[in-house]
Amino acid sequence: MRVEITGRDYSLIGRDTKLAEERGLANAEWYSCKISRQRLKELMQRRDGPAIRDTLIWFAALIIAGTLGYLTWGTWWTAPCFIVYGVIYGSSSDSRWHESLHRTAFKTVWMNDALYEIASFMVFRESVPWRWSHTRHHTDTIIVGRDPEIAVPRPPDLVALALSFFSLQRVPKEFVKMVRHCFGQLTTEEKTYIPDEERHKVYRNARIYILIYAVVIAWAIVIHSILPLMYIGLPVFYGAWLMIIFGLTQHAGLAEDVLDHRLNCRTVYMNPVFRFLYWEMNYHIEHHMFPMVPYHALGKLHQELKAEMPKTYDGLWEAYREIIPTTLRQVKEPTYFVRRQLPSTAQPLPSLAPV
Amino acid sequence: MNETWIEVCGIGEIEKADLIRFDHDGRTFAIYRTDDDRYYATDGLCTHANVHLSGGFVMDHIIECPKHNGRFDFTTGQAKGAPACVDLKTYPVKVEAGKVFLNSGLPGDQF
Repeated sequence: MRVEITGRDYSLIGRDTKLAEERGLANAEWYSCKISRQRLKELMQRRDGPAIRDTLIWFAALIIAGTLGYLTWGTWWTAPCFIVYGVIYGSSSDSRWHESLHRTAFKTVWMNDALYEIASFMVFRESVPWRWSHTRHHTDTIIVGRDPEIAVPRPPDLVALALSFFSLQRVPKEFVKMVRHCFGQLTTEEKTYIPDEERHKVYRNARIYILIYAVVIAWAIVIHSILPLMYIGLPVFYGAWLMIIFGLTQHAGLAEDVLDHRLNCRTVYMNPVFRFLYWEMNYHIEHHMFPMVPYHALGKLHQELKAEMPKTYDGLWEAYREIIPTTLRQVKEPTYFVRRQLPSTAQPLPSLAPV
Repeated sequence: MNETWIEVCGIGEIEKADLIRFDHDGRTFAIYRTDDDRYYATDGLCTHANVHLSGGFVMDHIIECPKHNGRFDFTTGQAKGAPACVDLKTYPVKVEAGKVFLNSGLPGDQF
């Protein structure tokens, strides 16, 4: 259990967990911008076409980069090939994992579930525990003591943050959990959000993951080359950096313990290449407010809600001009956070104000 | 199941492939209309996290919870996968004289 100098306890079984429940922040009702039911229904419509197209392009890019990496192995030309391969495998898989987790990417359920299992393995997240973790993240977004996915607790640990760009803490921690799951054990925190009837799947999948990694490692040993691991295993380290660059924009530096996604999420405009790699998760307020809307309709949803939203960040640069100084300031001043300004026509409910 | 029925609404008050929330006697229900004009009723709250299903999305016979995308077959109440693991309770519905009626199974419900 970790208790920070702010007095905040980010574990899911500690003092702040009880506090969140007592203050009505757990499993609470969240502010939602007004949108007509008719328009929302139009935006919620599921389609297979966009995600099939994007997934084919995505896998084609992965295969091409991987093939070029193989052909150029032993030369310097292999570096750019594996940089591209690593970003697709170790970073972009995060957004595929996310959209298929919500089962909104495709209309066809099995396509969502298939992509979810593949992307979970690629991004080194066990599919069952992370489905439940992310469900809790949506229930209690950035509620201290309840949300298992708070990326930057206060005060920020800058070393951990730097290491996260290459998953140097996350993956070893996940690996330890995976091994525990192989032996039929969950952590105390995991027990708070993974229901009994799902636990056998956790153990089964962990054994499959470990088996795959064991085969790849054995293959690398037999041929005396790390090449197999460049395709499966190592990309979660060398390819993770873009996932973190994108991911930190979602919530870092914003308010904790508020029930209004406009105050604890960021929407950031991005170029078409980034939006393809990130599958439109740059519209993060919109996604949290209406998670039924598929990624390909989030831009339209953004237009519908824009008048009620705080100012949208004009690119990663503008977002990081806020995130970096805020994070540095929070090291010494953990109670500091960015207070998003809402339009006067769209004030949050008084009871939902930041605390 | 008792034979008393509660009037919910006129048939035109629920759009095709949609649902409405209906509160009665301290309980909340979801009343559905399919594309081919059949009506169904379930408990109004998702069994996963007490979210009103009325804000959700209807696809064929599936209702998707607006908060966590949990899915149920609203014709049977069957949960269709995580995070929806516990089935919804369903209730009989009938249409008479242009109105939708629900039988909640409790004594004392009145026409």
